[in-house]
Formats: sequence, C-alpha cells, structure tokens
Amino acid sequence: MTEELRIGVFICHCGINIGGVVDVPAVVEYASTLENVVYAERNLYTCSSEGLEAIKSAIHEHELNRVVVASCTPRTHEPLFRATCKEAGLNPYLFEFVNIRDQCSWVHMHEPEFATEKAKDLVRMGVAKAARLEPLEELTSDVIPSAVVIGAGISGMTAALSIAKNGFYVHLIEKGSEMGGLLRRLYKLYPTEELAKEFLEQRIKAVEEHERVELHLSSSIKDVEGYVGKFKVILDENGVEKSIDVGDIIVATGAKELEPEGLYEYDGEKVITQLQLEEKLRREDLNRNGIENVVMIQCAGARGEVVKYCSKICCMNAIKNAKLIKEANPDINVFIAHNELQAYGEEYELYYRDAKKAGVRFLRFPLEKRPKVRKSDGKLVVDVFHERLLMDIPLEADLVVLSTPLVQNPDAEKLSKMLKVPLGQDRFFFEAHVKLRPVDFATDGIFLCGTAQGPKDIEESISQGYAAASRATIPLAKGYVSSEAIISSVDEAICVGCGICESVCPYGAVEVVETEEGRRAKVTGVKCKGCGTCGSSCIKRAIKMQHYTDDQLIAQERTAFVTEREVVS
Amino acid sequence: MEDKAVLVIGGGVAGMQAAFDLAEAGIRVCLVERTLSVGGRMAQLDKTFPTNDCAICILAPKMMDCYRHENIEVLTLSEVTAIEGEIGSFKVKILRKSRFVDEDKCNGCGDCARVCPMGILNKFDMDLRVRSGAYIPFMQAVPLIYALDRDKCMRCGLCEVICGKDAIRYNQKPEIVERNVSAIIVAIGFDPLDPSGLTEYGYGKYDDVITALEFERLICAAGPTGGHVIRRDGKEVKRIAWIQCVGARDTRDNRPYCCSVCCMHATKEAILTKEHNPEAETFILYTDLRCFGKGFQEYVNRAEDDYGVKYIRGKPGEIKGKENKILEIFYSPSSDKVEKLEVDMVVLSTALIPSEGVEALAEILGTELDEYKFFKLKDPYNPTGTTRAGIFVAGYCQAPRDIPECIAHGSAAASRAMEVVLGGSYDRRA
Ligand SMILES: Cc1cc2nc3c(=O)[nH]c(=O)nc-3n(C[C@H](O)[C@H](O)[C@H](O)COP(=O)(O)OP(=O)(O)OC[C@H]3O[C@@H](n4cnc5c(N)ncnc54)[C@H](O)[C@@H]3O)c2cc1C
Ligand SMILES: Cc1cc2nc3c(=O)[nH]c(=O)nc-3n(C[C@H](O)[C@H](O)[C@H](O)COP(=O)(O)OP(=O)(O)OC[C@H]3O[C@@H](n4cnc5c(N)ncnc54)[C@H](O)[C@@H]3O)c2cc1C
Ligand code: SF4
Ligand code: SF4
Ligand code: SF4
Ligand code: SF4
Repeated sequence: MTEELRIGVFICHCGINIGGVVDVPAVVEYASTLENVVYAERNLYTCSSEGLEAIKSAIHEHELNRVVVASCTPRTHEPLFRATCKEAGLNPYLFEFVNIRDQCSWVHMHEPEFATEKAKDLVRMGVAKAARLEPLEELTSDVIPSAVVIGAGISGMTAALSIAKNGFYVHLIEKGSEMGGLLRRLYKLYPTEELAKEFLEQRIKAVEEHERVELHLSSSIKDVEGYVGKFKVILDENGVEKSIDVGDIIVATGAKELEPEGLYEYDGEKVITQLQLEEKLRREDLNRNGIENVVMIQCAGARGEVVKYCSKICCMNAIKNAKLIKEANPDINVFIAHNELQAYGEEYELYYRDAKKAGVRFLRFPLEKRPKVRKSDGKLVVDVFHERLLMDIPLEADLVVLSTPLVQNPDAEKLSKMLKVPLGQDRFFFEAHVKLRPVDFATDGIFLCGTAQGPKDIEESISQGYAAASRATIPLAKGYVSSEAIISSVDEAICVGCGICESVCPYGAVEVVETEEGRRAKVTGVKCKGCGTCGSSCIKRAIKMQHYTDDQLIAQERTAFVTEREVVS
Repeated sequence: MEDKAVLVIGGGVAGMQAAFDLAEAGIRVCLVERTLSVGGRMAQLDKTFPTNDCAICILAPKMMDCYRHENIEVLTLSEVTAIEGEIGSFKVKILRKSRFVDEDKCNGCGDCARVCPMGILNKFDMDLRVRSGAYIPFMQAVPLIYALDRDKCMRCGLCEVICGKDAIRYNQKPEIVERNVSAIIVAIGFDPLDPSGLTEYGYGKYDDVITALEFERLICAAGPTGGHVIRRDGKEVKRIAWIQCVGARDTRDNRPYCCSVCCMHATKEAILTKEHNPEAETFILYTDLRCFGKGFQEYVNRAEDDYGVKYIRGKPGEIKGKENKILEIFYSPSSDKVEKLEVDMVVLSTALIPSEGVEALAEILGTELDEYKFFKLKDPYNPTGTTRAGIFVAGYCQAPRDIPECIAHGSAAASRAMEVVLGGSYDRRA
C-alpha cells in the first residue's frame, strides 16, 4: 500500500444506550493509541446531523482515508455512515462498522467493565480491518422495460393489466387455453354472489383489449435465464419455441383443490368436493329432486389431516354454497359440520349470519374427533361428534360435500427450480419476508401474488396482484438497477471448475463456464448478494469476497487474540 | 411537473409502503402523518405473529428508508384540511401544527426532555408511562425531532436555556401549506375500542383488567415495565387470561364484524408471556378461533403443544374482583353450565375501530364510508378504489387486515396511483 493510512475512529454514546454501560471516553483514549489511527472522538449520537457533520469535517481536517464508527448496529445505520463518507468525498467502502451496542452494552449490561474491555477489543479489530479495506464501486445495469406474468388467473390478470396501465409492456403466460384460472370452474362468488362467469367476462375483455398486454395461451415455460433487468424466458407456445426478453417476472400460478382420495368415503358422486359441487351448480346438473339432506364437512384434509395449514377460503365457500342451495330449495336441509369458522373481516361475519338466517345449520366438532362417513342400508350417514352433548350425532345425507384445502400445483416445483425461488414447508411459494415483503421473492426482480403464495380469496388475490404490479413497476420505471458493491470474484488462475460454488449459491450468481483455459467459475455481479456462501465453500480458495477478503478477516482475527499491552507497546 | 406527485395520508405500515413504492418508481410523495412520528400501530407492538419478529426492529429501518428517501417529503404533526380539483390535479391544503421546536435545528439530543419538570402520560405507551413536556413519543421515533406539549407546558423556560441548538420556539405558529398532486392514498389505520362502556368486563374498575395494546407495551422490553408482566401492585402475573371479541362480533353497538387479527395477537401475547415466564398459566377464551393466514394454524399448534397455552371456548358473561386482586371470570362453555376461572390479570382483545376523525377526513376528501365507518369501496373486487376517482385507500382503514396484508394493500394502492401518474391511462369516471 503506497498511500499513508489515516484512520479516524468515532465512538457513539447513543445517549445512555451505550454510554450508560461502556466507558466511552476510555475507549476513545484507547482507540487513539492504535496503529494508523490519527483521530478519535466521541459523539452523543453519531447518527445525529451533528455527529455526521463531525465525521465529515474530521475527514477533511485530518485527511482521513478510513473511517471506523463504533455504535449501535450496521443493520440500521451502516447505509447512513457510508453515505456520510461519500458526501465527504471518501469511497463509502473505506468505512468499517463496529457494533458496541448489541454486542457490548446490551449483552453485558450488568458487567460494565467487561463491556468496556470488549468494546476496546472490537474497536481494535475494526481498525485492523479498516487498514486493509479497498475502495469498491456499486454496479448498475439497464432494465428491459417489460415484464412477464406467469399464470392468467385473477391475480395474474390484475398484475398484468396494472403494469400495462403503468405504461409498460407485459407478456401474460398461461398454460391453459383460456384466462381466468380457477374461477372458470366456479358458480357464484362470495360475498357478492355474482356469477363467476360474468365477473370474469369483463375482466378478461379488459386484459385482451389492452395494447400493452401480449397474451400467450397454451404456453409453458421451458427455461429462465438472467437476472433482474435482463431475464430471458423461453416459452413453448402451442408447440412453438419462443424467447422473450424482460426486466422482471411475476409468479401468479395459483393453486388447486386437494383431491381427498381415501378420505370420508370420497367417490366423486355422492361424496364430492366443493369444486365439484360448484361445477354441478354451474352446469345446473345438481339433481335436487332426490336430495333432502346435504352435509358439508369442513377442514377435510386440512389443519392436521393431510396438510397442516388452514386454507382460509373453504369456510366461506361452504357457507356460500350452503346458502345458495338453501335459498333455492328451502326444503333441503343443509348442515355444515365445522370446527372453527373462518368468517373473518368485515363482510364475512355478516355473510355467515345471513346463511344462519337462511336456515343453514351449523354443527361444531372438536378437531380431535372429526366426522366420519359411513354407509347404512345404502344410505350415507355422517357421524358428527357433538361438542357439547359429547356424543355422535348421525346425520343422513344424500350428498356429502368435502371442503378440502387449496394445495400447490404439482408443477410448481419445476418452476421454482427454473426461477431459483423457494417453496415453503406448506409447498406454497415462499416470499422474501413473511411480515414485510409479502409479494417479493428474495431474488431481485421476481415477485409473486395470489394463491401461489398461499390460500386466499379473490379480493386478496386482486390486492396482491396490484401489489406485485407496483413492485415490478419500480425497476421498469427507474430504468436501471444498482447492485451491491460487496460481491464475490473468482481468480481464474486458481479455479479448477469443480462447480461446488455454483451448487451452493442461493441466488444463482455463480456459474461454471467454458473458457480458453478450461472450465472456470464466473460470477454475475448484479445477481450476487455478497452472502459469501461460495467463498466459504471453495476448496481451492479461488473465490474472493470483496470487503471480507481473507487478508482482512485474518488481520482482524489475529488482533483479536493479542492483549492490550502487546498492541500498545 | 409539480402535479406528478402523490399525497399519502397516514404513516403506518400501509401508508409507508405505498409512499416507498411510489418514491422508488421515481414519483414524488408527500406523506402526511398526524402524530409526531411515522410507524403507526405496528411501532407500539412488541413482537409480531406468526414469526415473533421484534416489531420495532423490523419497522425502524422502513421508517428511516421512508424518511430519508429523496422523493418523499414527510410532514408530521400535520393534517389535511381541504382538497380541490379532481383525479390528475388535486390541490391539497395541509395544516402543519406547531412542534414549538425548530425542525431544522433540533438534533434530537433530548436535553430539553431531561430538564423539563413536567410529567405527562405518554399516549404511545397507552398512558402507562410518564414523559416530560418536551418529548418524542418513543426512542426510535422518525423524525428524531423533539416537540413541546404546549397544552401542558408551563413555560418555565428551562428547555430554552439548555438547548444547545437554540431550537425551542415557544411562539411557533401553525402553518398551512399547499401541495399539488395527481392522486391521493388514504391509510389512516385504526384505533382500539375503549372497553369502559362494556361494563361486564370491569375495565376501569379493576386495575388488572387491561387491553391488548396495553399488554403489548407491558411485555415490550422498551416499554414502561421493561418487559415485565406485572400487576398494578407490582406483583408478577401468574395466571392470565385473554378475552376475545370484546366489543367485536357484537350486535349491541352495531359492530358485528370480526377484527381479523385479535385471535392471533392473543396467541402471540400468550406465547410471549410463556417465554418470559414458563411457569405462568395462560388461557384464551374465544368463540371461534380465526387462524386463517399463512402459518397461523401452525402457530396455534405451537402455542398449544410447545408452550401449553390453553384455549377455552366460551364467552365470559362477567368478571368480578375478589380479595388479593384475584379476578374471577364467569363463562359458559356450553349453554347449560357456568364455569369460573380465577386469574390475576385479564387482557381484553378489544375491537379495532376506524381512527378518530375518519368522518371529518372522509368529508374533506368527498369519499363515502360504510356502515362501520371503514372507507367504502366502489367495487368490492377492486380493493383499493374509494368512491371517488383518484383517491385510493390502503390498510386497516378499509377493512380489518394484518401487517402483511396491509403492506400488500399499500403496494396495491401505489400501483393504482402509478397508473394515474405514470400511465396517464386513467378513466375519469372511476
Ligand atoms: C371451490 C372453490 C370456491 C371458491 N369460491 C370463492 C368465492 O366464492 N369467492 C372468493 O373470493 N374466492 C373463492 N375461491 C378462491 C379463488 O378461487 C382464488 O382466490 C382465486 O382463484 C385465486 O386466483 P389466482 O389467480 O391466484 O390463481 P388461479 O385462479 O389458480 O389461477 C392460476 C392460473 O395460473 C395458471 N398456471 C399455473 N401454473 C402455470 C405455469 N407453470 N405456467 C403457466 N400458467 C400456469 C393456471 O392454469 C391458472 O390459469 C374459491 C376457491 C375454491 C377452490
Ligand atoms: C394489540 C394488537 C396486536 C397486533 N399484533 C399484530 C401482529 O403481531 N402481527 C400483525 O400482522 N398484525 C398485528 N396487529 C395488527 C396491526 O397492528 C395492523 O394490521 C396494522 O398496524 C395496520 O396498519 P395501518 O398502516 O393500516 O394502520 P396504523 O398502523 O393504524 O397507521 C395509521 C397511521 O395513520 C395516522 N393517522 C390517523 N388518522 C390520521 C389523519 N386524519 N391524518 C393523518 N394521519 C392519520 C396514525 O397516526 C398512524 O400513524 C395487531 C393489532 C393490535 C391492536
Ligand atoms: S378455512 Fe375453514 S374449512 Fe378451510 S381449513 Fe380453515 S377452518 Fe378448515
Ligand atoms: S468452488 Fe472454487 S475451484 Fe470450484 S469452480 Fe468454484 S471457484 Fe472454481
Ligand atoms: S434540547 Fe434542543 S436540540 Fe436537543 S432535543 Fe431538545 S430541542 Fe432538540
Ligand atoms: S379475530 Fe378473533 S378475537 Fe378478533 S374479532 Fe375475530 S374472532 Fe374475535
């Protein structure tokens, strides 16, 4: 290194958060004795505008070329301090964060001396690393201003139309021969009770008529390459292969109803699913004459029977169909055997009350004692264990309807591998963060919506469709994406092309390619998130993680085990 | 280009998400928040179901991202007072109330708060903690700018003397500012129902009958008791019961709706109680357990199987106080029996109702509310469209929903606003 190292250290009191435990002045004094440190000070709040000004003026005044801040946590504050260095003309990656709040004052709240000693150790380590930091640049790359939406159910149609209305071109890809998804098979919709057919008609028309939506029916995805801003999607459209270049991708592939093979005497005729009932109602081929009693069984296959989860929509759906049957033929007895009833929110609770008023009978069973279906004298009988009477109530039934949960499509696994996005334990697509990022995948540029993410009703599927459209519009409208500066790089002279790195990278950022020297790993910068997984698994140590290089980390570790006296002297 | 902006009213999770998406897409946003800080109700929570993520820890970076975004102007302590115009060109008047502190000068050091002799109950802590007259509502408040509570302040002058930044302004006047925007998103959230009127629960009569939002503050490590679940007399709570649907699913006050989140927040609060004190006994008295979201059933299973939370079906008729501050809950698990449960704390999962002032705001905006004062949708399957073109709605103020649903709804409203601003392809009729 030719340039003289001039490190500045800023230690934060964080009010009393750190200062109440750690002896901050002592840490400052200690820091100023460390090698290459030309300046050290303390701030009440380093992140306040005053603290930030102090960093900037110290950079100028003392010609600092490395900055170390010891304070709360990089998770919330690193971007701020990096930006401050940048404002003062210093490369933002010549900044090192030392966490003395979470790691000192919080965990050693009752041992202030140890907390102070540890703070000194961590500062010493931070300074050692700072001395070896290298300037880094963030990469930017252009975005192709169009999107692909996979699945033309109501959520995918909504997403596609909204992106188109936002001004961008959309390819809507559907494996079936028509748009509409599961709703094509339904009769009427709760809570409005409008016909599914009419509901779809106007919405399909709006998508078809929009100049910026290109529809690909009877199409399946064969392969996906690339990364945010530059995806290449290979399609098989009616037997013809097509290649589409887009900026981002939305997964809206929906879900299907669980087929209750082997449960509750299911036969598809007298014991059917809700979807089969809807199809009968839609085609008007439910022979109501022979029916006196209908029994619906909730949670059939759900909540611990086949799948663990509650499917959210089947209670309301049963209530809807029960109510429709009852209203059309008040003489038919309709029972719903249920455990909990998911009549959540504003409208559904009222709808549930309406069904009660219409004469639908509700019977509650404990989850440990689910109903049983048996045949007696050629008749179907459903035994429902009565929660209060503590005995089975036999209900004769001419038709048994099983409310089975929504489950993931079988081909979702293939799609998840092609896109390199995960499925959760429930087999639904797994979003980036359960609370904060409901329609994003962890991989940039890929989003999800509708029942592909988990069971939900139409309103929520539409809400997520719009949400995914908003998230997908962002890179398209910006026109560029910027990526991390902290990424990995491969030393081709050392790499032997074994491919371990490729197999461990969760973002698909490393690939082994043929070069003139033979097979070598190659990193795609904008895909890399800097997680370091590849680097730690390379047996040849051919991968260098910027900002966490072997050189930097080893220096940091070495100094960790040196006592204070040795360093000072 | 001044009119290529969007106004977002309410800085809870839903409003912040909407603002952030728009700003990232290059659209300028004015975010108007009524209180001193963005964050909304989520900032008051301890953890969040079903992952038990610390609420403020995951929210604070989002609050900062919003506040620091070059395309977002955050106006706190502000309210919309008038709008004119129509979709594509609204003119909005915003009242900026006084903080009595110069926003550009204050660096949030808190010296003023330390010298102020006043003691005032902090609303953010559900009145369970005292703050001074110069204050921020909570540590992670964004922006980190203090304010004086001039209703209570006796103008002793101490803060003015101590403030090293010369930021105190006793005579600051409120201001009206105007902004031109193409679209508006309303995201003003909810308030918890005050259960004093439902006398059978004894709220206000017995010290240790509290609301769920009060409980969230109690169990929060940064809250008034440092995270200790204690009774008003300082004793540790050993047996604690949650009562569900308090004032909700109740036709008495025309609140028949289900609030959608309380079954799960009670489950969460019971789990957290057990994590703090595995010896504690926890009971949840409910009518129907609403565990419909992603991972919720699994969460309830964990509460029962791993933590031993007891779910009891039955709606309490009455709560009575006994000696030693024991509370007796009378409930009927079946129609012909009445059972009794003795506990030392009762948490009421109260109904969540539209925010105070919702009617006045709806009037200003010219949008309709439904029977329960949630923002009415023009089309039930168009979940962010209000009855007025160009005005969209997000989050709990449209209908009950939990945090991830509020966030998706916030993004959804953003896309509708993008259609207006970016696409220009809007239909003036709707
Ligand atoms: C019996 C029943 C009744 C219901 N009744 C109601 C009701 O009354 N009210 C209500 O609100 N909700 C109801 N629902 C829920 C409703 O059906 C869903 O909310 C809705 O269908 C979700 O829409 P979606 O677009 O996410 O998924 P889907 O409707 O499942 O659409 C997904 C689309 O993606 C396509 N696709 C899948 N994989 C691929 C692939 N790899 N490549 C290309 N395309 C692919 C599929 O062919 C399909 O067209 C009901 C559900 C059931 C099962
Ligand atoms: C006790 C309790 C526990 C909960 N726990 C969880 C949980 O663990 N997980 C979960 O997912 N959900 C939970 N929830 C639900 C969650 O709090 C809500 O879903 C979410 O906070 C709603 O967000 P919002 O943005 O719609 O509204 P809010 O968070 O209420 O935000 C609205 C914002 O608008 C502002 N505002 C109001 N009126 C005006 C006005 N006129 N002008 C300007 N600004 C205004 C408010 O000050 C506020 O900042 C819980 C709720 C409660 C009551
Ligand atoms: S929605 Fe109802 S029927 Fe469906 S799994 Fe949940 S509780 Fe069971
Ligand atoms: S693991 Fe190392 S040696 Fe193997 S391909 Fe990757 S970089 Fe090359
Ligand atoms: S003393 Fe002054 S600078 Fe410090 S918080 Fe109070 S008003 Fe702001
Ligand atoms: S979520 Fe649970 S507690 Fe809340 S109103 Fe609905 S049923 Fe009652």
